[in-house]
Amino acid sequence: MSAARDEILQRVRLALRDVPQREQPTDVAVERGYRPTADASREHVIELFVERVREYKATVRIVTAHALPTTIAESCAARGVRRLLVPVDIPREWLPAGIEALRDTELTYAQIDGCDGVLTGCALGIAQTGTIVLDGGQAQGRRVLTLLPDYHLCVVRTEQIVGLVPEAVARLVPAVCEQQRAITFISGPSATSDIELNRVEGVHGPRTLEVIVVTPD
Amino acid sequence: MSRSNSKFHIPLTFQESARAALENTQLRRNLGKATQTIRAKRASVVDELPDWQELREAGRAIKERTLRHLDEYLLQLEAAVQRAGGQVHWARDAIEANRIVAGIVLEHGASEVIKVKSLTTDEIRMNEALGQHGVTAIETDLAELIIQLAHEESSHILVPAIHKNRAEIRTLFMHTLGISELSDEPAELAAVARRYLRTKFLSVPVATSGVNFAVAATGTIAVVESEGNGRMCLTLPEVLISIMGIEKVIPGWQDFEVFLQLLPRSSTGERMNPYTSFWTGVHPGDGPQAFHLVLLDNGRSRVLADHIGRQTLNCIRCSACLNVCPVYERTGGHAYNSVYPGPIGAILTPQLLGVERAGSLPYASSLCGACYDVCPVKINIPEVLVHLRAQVVRHKQTSEGIKGKLDPEAIGMRLLARVFRSPERYEQAQKLARLGQIPFARRGIIERLPPPLNVWTTMRDLQAVPRQTFRDWWRKRRVFGSVPKADADGVGDADGVDAEAAAAGRRNV
Ligand code: SF4
Repeated sequence: MSAARDEILQRVRLALRDVPQREQPTDVAVERGYRPTADASREHVIELFVERVREYKATVRIVTAHALPTTIAESCAARGVRRLLVPVDIPREWLPAGIEALRDTELTYAQIDGCDGVLTGCALGIAQTGTIVLDGGQAQGRRVLTLLPDYHLCVVRTEQIVGLVPEAVARLVPAVCEQQRAITFISGPSATSDIELNRVEGVHGPRTLEVIVVTPD
Repeated sequence: MSRSNSKFHIPLTFQESARAALENTQLRRNLGKATQTIRAKRASVVDELPDWQELREAGRAIKERTLRHLDEYLLQLEAAVQRAGGQVHWARDAIEANRIVAGIVLEHGASEVIKVKSLTTDEIRMNEALGQHGVTAIETDLAELIIQLAHEESSHILVPAIHKNRAEIRTLFMHTLGISELSDEPAELAAVARRYLRTKFLSVPVATSGVNFAVAATGTIAVVESEGNGRMCLTLPEVLISIMGIEKVIPGWQDFEVFLQLLPRSSTGERMNPYTSFWTGVHPGDGPQAFHLVLLDNGRSRVLADHIGRQTLNCIRCSACLNVCPVYERTGGHAYNSVYPGPIGAILTPQLLGVERAGSLPYASSLCGACYDVCPVKINIPEVLVHLRAQVVRHKQTSEGIKGKLDPEAIGMRLLARVFRSPERYEQAQKLARLGQIPFARRGIIERLPPPLNVWTTMRDLQAVPRQTFRDWWRKRRVFGSVPKADADGVGDADGVDAEAAAAGRRNV
């Protein structure tokens, strides 16, 4: 192919003359002595998730599946959301009456930017770090939906919450390795500490993140 | 000071630039606060993980595995990105990388690109190169925007505008963005940047970014950030160009279970940074529909060839080593005259450019080892520093020929070697030195020597030769057969207490 490609590969191989010809990558031992899973109880993992998300100054509410629509309605009302952006495959039963839900049927950026907030589900929650993972799967939509609106309301089912980062990475294997989906890790609202190290919530992404943790009825 | 302050040539030595930085009290205050704050945060979130040392070891080992088989992994990465609908370009150096990027931008008829902060694009001076093609690169990271509007250079990998206070930022925004009323509240300043950049995000068709990690097996790229400007640039434009040093590749997706724990905690002292984006090639209906990955060498293969220096390429650019470095804390980033400041800069820059062009940097350290302790991928920075110092000396001796041999330090070292080889010469030299140092020694310390020896003392204090040496004391002791009281006291002299200190009555305190 290109001359640059050949030359770089050539330089790299020359630089690696000390590596024995027969050595395979797996001959270089990688000890994975760290924890693969949390040994805490389910209750504790869920508690920890809630606590850690709250530490990022995000609001977290815990409700039963039955109470979800009312909770969504209350949250939207409290924020004064009139036009709520939703992915096309949002579960119908999540949506309360009386709110104008704008489904993402190939909306333009301007239309998305004009919404007061966005409601999505998620792929996973990570307790150790208070992280929400989006993988473009069910009830999540494309990446831009959770980016332009200033308010993100995110529904997390308790069975989606894992303990440690390695558990989350393992669960995402099919989405990444088979379906090549884009993944976004969200830990609190966007933030900067660039001005005299004062943390300011919200620079470009949603300045308010609200999480509803749903327990089975 | 007429020599230009370019990132490619390192015209000023570290010591020269550090002197200027040390006189800037604002910078020192901000830096002191910043490094202390981040240091404390890092320590507390690292302490939370009982398996931190196991994670560090895994991180180091994964990097070692990758680097020892870098050619294979690069080919795997190339194939995977192409499979997923992306295009891969190879660049031997900065000029080639910039030509590739400019070519893609112009092909799409763009006159502006939005840019995610990236050290690699700073290293190749991409903004300037694009400027020569009439293309403006707009920095979208808040600190980078501040730096760009002020026409300055970054002083910290992580908080590049650490040398600016809020009042200065307020004035800067008012002047450059044409705003008439603005307070100096950080939230309000950030909101100004949000409004200004939102229009750019929504209209500029091409974005450029760096790469934190690239997975060889899947072609998945990761960008780790805080503000959301990264997500904007990676999601909204039609075309995305990502530039990565060839050392940023990791073998598999699973390896993120290690690096996603190591990086945020080491970097900002958070359990997780606000946003991390992963993408694999092109996603129909979601994000840029054209993706270009530029693989940059620019000196990295040279670093790879050095057995001791190779570990430098483990670096995941977390900046933890900066925040613990006593030298960096006082001089700040500008003194390093490079995009890579602090301990990592002191070892990376001389290797990328060659010791002949950045030979002062390996001396920008006290070798205290704090950087090694915090490094999440276990780079033994002091080991590499010492190794590079030896190279600097060897380079002087060989390449500068007769001039190198006549270098005062080289002559001094050769003389010393002769002196140390013979006990007689050694004692004579001590006697001579004791006489010669009288005008210079104060309390057992020599702070300044006359030229040409002042080269040695500008950066160091010397211990004066003591009034009574160990040898003198030993000889006397043997004559009397026991240690006389006064002479036992005199042992203190062997520790460098001179007559003046004795007169000041310090000896018995
Ligand atoms: S050398 Fe280590 S501590 Fe320093 S920036 Fe690189 S990874 Fe971080």
